[in-house]
Amino acid sequence: MKTNQFLLAYVFAATIVLAVACKPKNTSNAVSGDTAAKAYVAPGQYDSYYNFVSGGFSGQISTYGLPSGRLLRVIPVFSVDPEKGWGYSEETKPMLNTSHGFVPWDDLHHTEMSQTNGEIDGRWVFGNANNTPRVARIDLKTFRTAEIIELPNSAGNHSSPFITENTEYVIAGTRFSVPPDNANGDVAINTYKQNFKGYISFISVDKEKGNMDIAFQIECPGVNFDLSHAGKGKSHGWFFFSCYNTEQASTLLEVNASQKDKDFIMAVNWKKAEEYIKAGKGKKVAVKYAHNSYSDETHSATSTIRTEVLVLDSKELTDICYMIPCPKSPHGCDVDPTGEYIVGSGKLAAIIPVFSFDKLQSAIANKQYDGMYEGIPVVKYEAALYGEVKKPGLGPLHTEFDGKGNAYTSFFVSSEVVKWNIKDLKVLDRVPTFYSVGHLCIPGGDSKKPSPKYLIAYNKITKDRYLPTGPELAQSAQLFDISGDKMQMILDFPTIGEPHYAQAVEADKIKEKQVKIFKIDDNKHAYVTKGEKDAKVVREGNKVHVYMTSIRSHFAPDNIEGVKVGDEIYFHVTNLEQDWDVPHGFAVKGANNAELLIMPGETCTLKWVPEKAGMYPMYCTDFCSALHQEMQGYIRVSPAGSNNAIKFSLGESVPEASK
Amino acid sequence: MNFKHKHSNNPTKPMRQILLTAALAIMIASCGNQNQQTEEKTTQAPLGDNTAATNENPSYDPNRGEGKFTTVDLGDGLNKTMADAGNAIQGVKCASCHKTSDERLVGPGWKGVTERRTPAWIMNFITNPDPMIDKDPEVQAQLEICLVRMPNQGLTDDEARNILEFMRQNDGVK
Repeated sequence: MKTNQFLLAYVFAATIVLAVACKPKNTSNAVSGDTAAKAYVAPGQYDSYYNFVSGGFSGQISTYGLPSGRLLRVIPVFSVDPEKGWGYSEETKPMLNTSHGFVPWDDLHHTEMSQTNGEIDGRWVFGNANNTPRVARIDLKTFRTAEIIELPNSAGNHSSPFITENTEYVIAGTRFSVPPDNANGDVAINTYKQNFKGYISFISVDKEKGNMDIAFQIECPGVNFDLSHAGKGKSHGWFFFSCYNTEQASTLLEVNASQKDKDFIMAVNWKKAEEYIKAGKGKKVAVKYAHNSYSDETHSATSTIRTEVLVLDSKELTDICYMIPCPKSPHGCDVDPTGEYIVGSGKLAAIIPVFSFDKLQSAIANKQYDGMYEGIPVVKYEAALYGEVKKPGLGPLHTEFDGKGNAYTSFFVSSEVVKWNIKDLKVLDRVPTFYSVGHLCIPGGDSKKPSPKYLIAYNKITKDRYLPTGPELAQSAQLFDISGDKMQMILDFPTIGEPHYAQAVEADKIKEKQVKIFKIDDNKHAYVTKGEKDAKVVREGNKVHVYMTSIRSHFAPDNIEGVKVGDEIYFHVTNLEQDWDVPHGFAVKGANNAELLIMPGETCTLKWVPEKAGMYPMYCTDFCSALHQEMQGYIRVSPAGSNNAIKFSLGESVPEASK
Repeated sequence: MNFKHKHSNNPTKPMRQILLTAALAIMIASCGNQNQQTEEKTTQAPLGDNTAATNENPSYDPNRGEGKFTTVDLGDGLNKTMADAGNAIQGVKCASCHKTSDERLVGPGWKGVTERRTPAWIMNFITNPDPMIDKDPEVQAQLEICLVRMPNQGLTDDEARNILEFMRQNDGVK
């Protein structure tokens, strides 16, 4: 009996040891004892960083606090969000307008914050739409999408929305080359080499207001532009784009776009491009694209379709673009804080090439070329190369910097983050991630001035990391403390959608300038109701406009009659509150629509087309006070052709018993 | 699980097991206490100023209320221009909840308010309601009736003064 028990225990212990040995990359050996304290932010205390994370196929941007990993807000950008009425209210529908009409979804890959003198200034964060090419600007005073601009001549806006060091331009590069918009796109797909072009767009940003405008585009050869980053400091005035599929395949890219030993990083001298634009070398091309902007004064968006864009041709103007050979389908294209080093990450390569801006300049001056690619000079690889990081890992994707001379590169295939020194190209440290890391983020890690306390790895695969939730699992973020020599994982949390790139910034740069309410006096909405005395219901043909107010805890009016089947009813609800954190919601039974969520001092409009006569309750959806459950009303809908006149009231039909 | 069953079959073991369990329970309990203590140490005061809901606050002056106003110069008689401006503002920011009669709507009616309260108290309350709702005994009694905390409507000093003038007009000041 005793020997049996002993044997059993022995076998059990051995099994544990074996299990651990078989699965080296689990939590127990990646996290050490005091880590929880490093990510702990006590209840009632603030995080020290804001983290703006792309929502990938959710189309949104999520905002987390670091180091706690608390989700603070999901900002609706390219996808409708019924919770916030985004894309459902009459005021926000124009924001999702495009040259293809209303598009309710997109795939937001990268976030990039505005910079001044190469430092994050905390004013705006930009996001890109990969599917129907667009760039959005989010105002960080309100955490709302303020502007969306569509990109003509483009498809798969992937190498975007990266910016220059004073936010002079936001960049967009097309991932899926296509025939230009004004050319005939109805051509055989296998005519890629003749007919398909890759466009990169320079979107100017107004210094004060942030308003975006497409300053110019450059027509480039048909390839896949993947990622990009601006030069900075000495390389300010240049932009670098990674390109793959320089084979120009249009089918089975998995094989056909991996034929060549090297693809390219395309260096673009945008100051030179500006000179050509000034000299009138840009061609005006007829296109169609939407420009949408939201006003915090009218609380409404407007969408205009623009019809012209200026295009420079890289074949004719041969001193704007230069190709630098880069091994094996590069993804990341990252410039260090000094602006001297450009790191290419060939996702199928076994080395990381580091290029030198100074060497590139002298190679161009001395015409150290290796022929031309579709009219663009190809710089000799060695002439631009500073050096290679040897055997760093498998599948390098993206690099961020700590400003102390080190680079951190993510490795998708070997699921790890590798820290290496830029000067001597030596690997210093490596840590596992769980699993298949894509991009990285260090606060300010792609700017001139990183704040290198933390590094966040964004992972594609989370199998076995969290409680399982059926076939569909969350993506994740893992937070590392990088303040010491060795990286240390301190937190692991699931994310919204699929996080690609992210940005983070010290909380102080954002938290003090938050808008808390909209002043009711400044509300210039066409259907605002400033006070209950002005609340009314107005019939205009079959359109019925309800000028409604909300305050804790009633709507005015809250009884409406005389509405008929066939009417289009517009509830213009003005929230009269002037205190922070007191939104009211609004919903009506049976509406083929979402709710409204109305901030203090704001007016929002819900359109409702009732299809059946009857009694329809409406109510406040956002718990607003102890009497929130009383915040409700009724709308009586009569049959089409009824003679009931419009009638509206508040507090008039009090039952006899309570008088 | 199997081990436990085997032990409990042995008549000498249960006592030891109880002792062990008790010891373990004590350890867990003391660990728990320690955790609480350290949490209290690391947790600082919350950022809001709702910390002290008290009638015992000796610094609170129920005649003046709490806020930036100490004395209000009412001048001679009514200033009609200011009262008209006050009427316009209250239509946007106050009338949803307050009638000018003595009838309660969401909050109490305004009739007679300038006789019940000092001018400084009124101006402090309408510009700084939250701390006063927490501290003023009469406002707390009112909250038990109305159940809705009066919102801060973001009034400027001038707007508050004009509303006071309108309240005076409403109470018959000429």
